[in-house]
Amino acid sequence: MTDQDVPTSQEAVTGTISDEVVIDITSMNKWFGDFHVLKDINLTVYRGERIVICGPSGSGKSTMIRCINRLEKHQRGKVEVDGIELTDNIKKMDQVRREVGMVFQHFNLFPHLTVLENCTLAPIWVRRMPRADAEETAMRYLERVKIPEQASKFPGQLSGGQQQRVAIARSLCMEPRVMLFDEPTSALDPEMIKEVLEVMVDLAESGMTMLCVTHEMGFARQVANRVIFMDEGQIVEQAPPTEFFRNPKSDRTKLFLSQILHSEA
Amino acid sequence: MEGRGHIVHEKAQTLPPPVMSVGIARWLKDNLFSSPSNVVLTFVVIYVLWLIVPPFLDWAIFDAVWYATSRAECWDTGDGACWAVVVTRFDQFVYGDYPVSERWRANLAFVLLFVALAPVLFDGIPWRRHLVGFSIAYPVVAYILLIGGFGLPEVETARFGGFLLTIVIGITGISASLPLGILLALGRQSDLFIIRVLCVAFIEFIRGVPLITLLFVASTLLNYFMPPGTSFNLLVRVLIMVTLFSAAYLAEVIRGGLQAMPAGQYEAAKSLGLPYWKTMRLVILPQALKISIPGIVNSFIALYKDTTLVIIIGLLDPLGIGKATLSDTTWQGLSTEVYVFVAIFFFLCCFGMSRYSAWLERRLHTGH
Ligand SMILES: Nc1ncnc2c1ncn2[C@@H]1O[C@H](COP(=O)(O)OP(=O)(O)O)[C@@H](O)[C@H]1O
Ligand SMILES: [Mg+2]
Repeated sequence: MTDQDVPTSQEAVTGTISDEVVIDITSMNKWFGDFHVLKDINLTVYRGERIVICGPSGSGKSTMIRCINRLEKHQRGKVEVDGIELTDNIKKMDQVRREVGMVFQHFNLFPHLTVLENCTLAPIWVRRMPRADAEETAMRYLERVKIPEQASKFPGQLSGGQQQRVAIARSLCMEPRVMLFDEPTSALDPEMIKEVLEVMVDLAESGMTMLCVTHEMGFARQVANRVIFMDEGQIVEQAPPTEFFRNPKSDRTKLFLSQILHSEA
Repeated sequence: MEGRGHIVHEKAQTLPPPVMSVGIARWLKDNLFSSPSNVVLTFVVIYVLWLIVPPFLDWAIFDAVWYATSRAECWDTGDGACWAVVVTRFDQFVYGDYPVSERWRANLAFVLLFVALAPVLFDGIPWRRHLVGFSIAYPVVAYILLIGGFGLPEVETARFGGFLLTIVIGITGISASLPLGILLALGRQSDLFIIRVLCVAFIEFIRGVPLITLLFVASTLLNYFMPPGTSFNLLVRVLIMVTLFSAAYLAEVIRGGLQAMPAGQYEAAKSLGLPYWKTMRLVILPQALKISIPGIVNSFIALYKDTTLVIIIGLLDPLGIGKATLSDTTWQGLSTEVYVFVAIFFFLCCFGMSRYSAWLERRLHTGH
């Protein structure tokens, strides 16, 4: 299996990566009841990195990135975001969540609010931004995800791809320092995947630090500076994309790649 | 032409719909005469209405007597309803024993009630933001007007009666039990064990006991929780009990709405950094309350009608006035008229609530 299996037409994103640590996870473990879902995770993310996380379903990818904004609590080890350690301290937790944006598989837009209100809610109520400023920021990001004309609609009136782009804009309105994506295109029809990926590529080009759980290997090749492979709650392998796809080291990675690249072709 | 390709060069015209697809004729056909069985049903219903409605109208309107001084005089005049009983006692039905010279205060409080409700119930009201301030102050305004203070002579609550009493208990109960019900529903889902247990215990206790027993034991029960020496006026006791009773039911209705909220809504709010109370207020409750509207209004309607139970502990609600009227020998035997009249009052209030909730549901529909 070589890189030629999936042609990459787009130019690779080459952002600058600083040596400032944004996320530092050391020996993190987590259990759901008796089930050891994350086993001794170590991960350091530097500012400007674009990390793609892949692995079989149930391997703990979602759980891992949800520990970064404490949607899940880890039970052992240490998670630091921007130097703030995540503990039961609610103040610090909210502080971290303000700086970490998250995009979900099922968008999770607020259906009772318009697109614009979805985008201004957190800036107004969390950042205490004046309404007019918040709306201006929101329109700027809605333009960036290419749907400013939908601002006054409700999420229920938009297509899946449009909803996901609104969800990205909603996160960006908080001007986060890190963005987490949990399979952002998995719930979308094929023709809508592209429009969402384009927005994400654009975001990567702007220098955003991104952690992205996805099975879009084309996206990984184009955008990632590091690909992480997880299996059974462990980080099995991590490498730059060219090396990861051309020369996977572990058998589990090879098996996974053969399955996923086969089905993609 | 046949078998050849075919290309359209001109844009298709936009035409008005065919005549039959709109209008009365179409509606009749679709709704009343769409199938043979529907036709039969329509005629049966028309026949039954024909049997019932004209005699009722004769009784209630055409043969009715509006002015008379006694039942005997009524029956000499006509053989329809004797509304004279209601006309003569109308003021009592409205105000109970509220002093005649002070009734303007009740009237003013009633008019202001609508000024206070409008900005809460409708969002298109001009100067809504300022009017909401008045809505918040209204309970104090109404208290002073109805009971006294600031130079207004005091009126004892024991003299409240009739529709005035129903509206006081109903509106107070409704507006106090909604926030309390929301807090109980949230408390029941709390992460804090003590709060959860207290809320569950309260809800289950109240739901397991008939309102009427609560009303009877209100004084003993309340004195138990209050500092010694506090004595409660009967109306206040009733207000507290009706509120607590309704809040327990509302809490369960709202809990249903909360449980229908997908976890993703909480997660999205959390990931944006919204703390718990803001998440609840801005994201969860607006949606949970919206889906609970039918159940909430159902509880309100039940509460409103349950206010008639206060007759048993000696308050003169409209049914109490009716009973007193019927025991007067001048008007004995006119229970149909009296109870139809009271029923119309309750129906108008409850139907109003029901219509409002239907309107609100449509208003809040956002296409999902
Ligand atoms: N809230 C939960 N309670 C119990 N088990 C869970 C919970 N969430 C996830 N799991 C289990 O943890 C494992 C990892 O889940 P997840 O992180 O969602 O995997 P992935 O995102 O890689 O598909 C799965 O086996 C899943 O069933
Ligand atoms: Mg997942």
